[in-house]
Amino acid sequence: MTAPALPDRRRGRALARLVGLRVLVGVPTVLLVAVAVFLLAAASPFRPVYQYFGVGIFSASDEDIAAAERALGLDGGVFDQLGRWLAGLLTGDLGQSLSMRQPVTQVIVERLPWTLLLAGLALLVSLVLALTAGTVAAWRQGGWFDRVVTTVGHTLEGLPPFVLALGAIAVFAVAWPVLPVAGLTDAGAAPTFAQVGRHVALPAVVLGVSQTPWLVLHVRASLISALDDDHVAGARARGLPETVVVLRHALPTALLPFVTVLGNRLPELVTGAVLVETVFSWPGIAAAVVSAALAVDFPLLAALTLLSAIAVLAGSLVADMTVLLLDPRVDADV
Amino acid sequence: MSDSALLTGTHHRRDPGPWRPAGRPRPGSPRGRRTSGRARLLAGASGLVVLVLAAVLVPRLGGLDEGAVDYTAIRLPPSAAHPFGTDSVGRDVLLRSFAGLWVSLQVAAACAVLSTVIGTLFGALSGLLGGWYDRLLMRVVDAVNAVPHLLLGIVIVALYRGSVLAVIASIGLTHWTTVARVVRAEILSLRGRPFVDAAISGGASRMRVLRRHLLPAVVPQAVLSAVLILPHAVWHETALSFLGLGLPPHLASLGTILGEGRQAVLLGSWWIVVFPSLLLAATTLCVAGVGAWWRDRTLPRRRSEQAL
Repeated sequence: MTAPALPDRRRGRALARLVGLRVLVGVPTVLLVAVAVFLLAAASPFRPVYQYFGVGIFSASDEDIAAAERALGLDGGVFDQLGRWLAGLLTGDLGQSLSMRQPVTQVIVERLPWTLLLAGLALLVSLVLALTAGTVAAWRQGGWFDRVVTTVGHTLEGLPPFVLALGAIAVFAVAWPVLPVAGLTDAGAAPTFAQVGRHVALPAVVLGVSQTPWLVLHVRASLISALDDDHVAGARARGLPETVVVLRHALPTALLPFVTVLGNRLPELVTGAVLVETVFSWPGIAAAVVSAALAVDFPLLAALTLLSAIAVLAGSLVADMTVLLLDPRVDADV
Repeated sequence: MSDSALLTGTHHRRDPGPWRPAGRPRPGSPRGRRTSGRARLLAGASGLVVLVLAAVLVPRLGGLDEGAVDYTAIRLPPSAAHPFGTDSVGRDVLLRSFAGLWVSLQVAAACAVLSTVIGTLFGALSGLLGGWYDRLLMRVVDAVNAVPHLLLGIVIVALYRGSVLAVIASIGLTHWTTVARVVRAEILSLRGRPFVDAAISGGASRMRVLRRHLLPAVVPQAVLSAVLILPHAVWHETALSFLGLGLPPHLASLGTILGEGRQAVLLGSWWIVVFPSLLLAATTLCVAGVGAWWRDRTLPRRRSEQAL
């Protein structure tokens, strides 16, 4: 991609405006999510106190139950609880995870890096695949490669990532056992670079491939339409070699909307991570969502829902900022 | 190139043919978007009919209960007696897959209807009221979209576990936002049209304008959204059931079967996973084909864009 024009003062101001607006809109949005999650929990027939007591609930006195509710932060109305929770949020205290028996903050700190590693590698796999396959398919539009890419892309779009994961396990762990299928390391081994690298390979490739179809179809369609643009015709008319025309003139303009698409795909990446981490028993934060749900661990669920909302909003903001910085044509007044 | 080829003179470079710019198909080769709408509909609809018929008939004609357990026939590979093999407690995978497909389709249809109704009402309300109400309602849409749908669905299902209704609600409550956006935009563009002005100046009440003039105009869009939501709903329900958070065990869907197949794959029983996966892929592709046809048919604007 060509070097972007230096961000002049006007561009800097536009950037600040964009960030300011998004934060202004994002904070109420995240608050709305928190309110919705608490209201859902309040309307649920599930009573956390009963879970806490187990069978003991039958012999527990009303005072015992009230004391336990106070200790768990379940006394008062739903908005009391929400208020306390939000106040805790400001001081970095997200409550106690019931299923993991440790503070929610600690769960997040321990598990988030592994998810970031997995998702980052998956994004890399997906980007490389999408850019190469999409460019070649558009270059030889209608050829056999193009037809294979579009067909496989449309088929993969409809398949949940766990189907892909099971297929990968069947091939690379059972039929031709080369890679481990579960966990972060071999049982009892220290998390060294080699150990983690071997274990992350399969989940990262599966997650990456599962995210590729949308990206590859987008690169292909947008490069095909860019090849019809005037500036590409101009480059051809000047007699530039075809490789230069495609890679230096058509591709950069075709890839600008790609950044936005990438930002908008972030929720799907999170969704894919939930499924892939669960299949491969990857000790990340996304798999914790599932175990928290199975154990009805509300404090952890609420925190992770909020975390994902923040991640999604931040992802779309970063994508829009990138477009603003890269493309001098984008109106600074966004 | 080998030396012998050079000596015998049998080497010659392949004729590169006339110069062809990138992105242009070879003359005479099929273009990328050559499948016409009708062909897509035919393929999608006939495939869907076959799948639905099979989902209804196979479990009945199979003569056996799909839940029938047979410990003498555990994890048998595909054979004449069990075309799709048997699973780890000896149930027939063929019967179970089609029964699961039927469950998945029913749940998905219910979800699609629910989210279309919610989305249409929400979008119409937002478009009609306008102003601050509109902005507030669209913030709600943004908030729902800010959380990955599967995650929000998991939260809902976790808090109301164990019923079919929870699964339907979890999918319906997360997928209505696209419908709401589309319907709102449509209502906004229709509101300024002369026929609406004519109805208002003719003395029609707000409700009558909505019922008689605006909602009917939105129907094609709403139907399209419902069809397009179907594959998402199948996907979503399968994922929830796969994670063990979906339908109760007696209503095994494709996701439940795949979830149970996780252990079997490690033992080499690929058929327990492959056949349900193929059914799932075929269903999604067929529904997507029908949806694409309906989109081309009802949205001439899109069609002309596609022809470009």
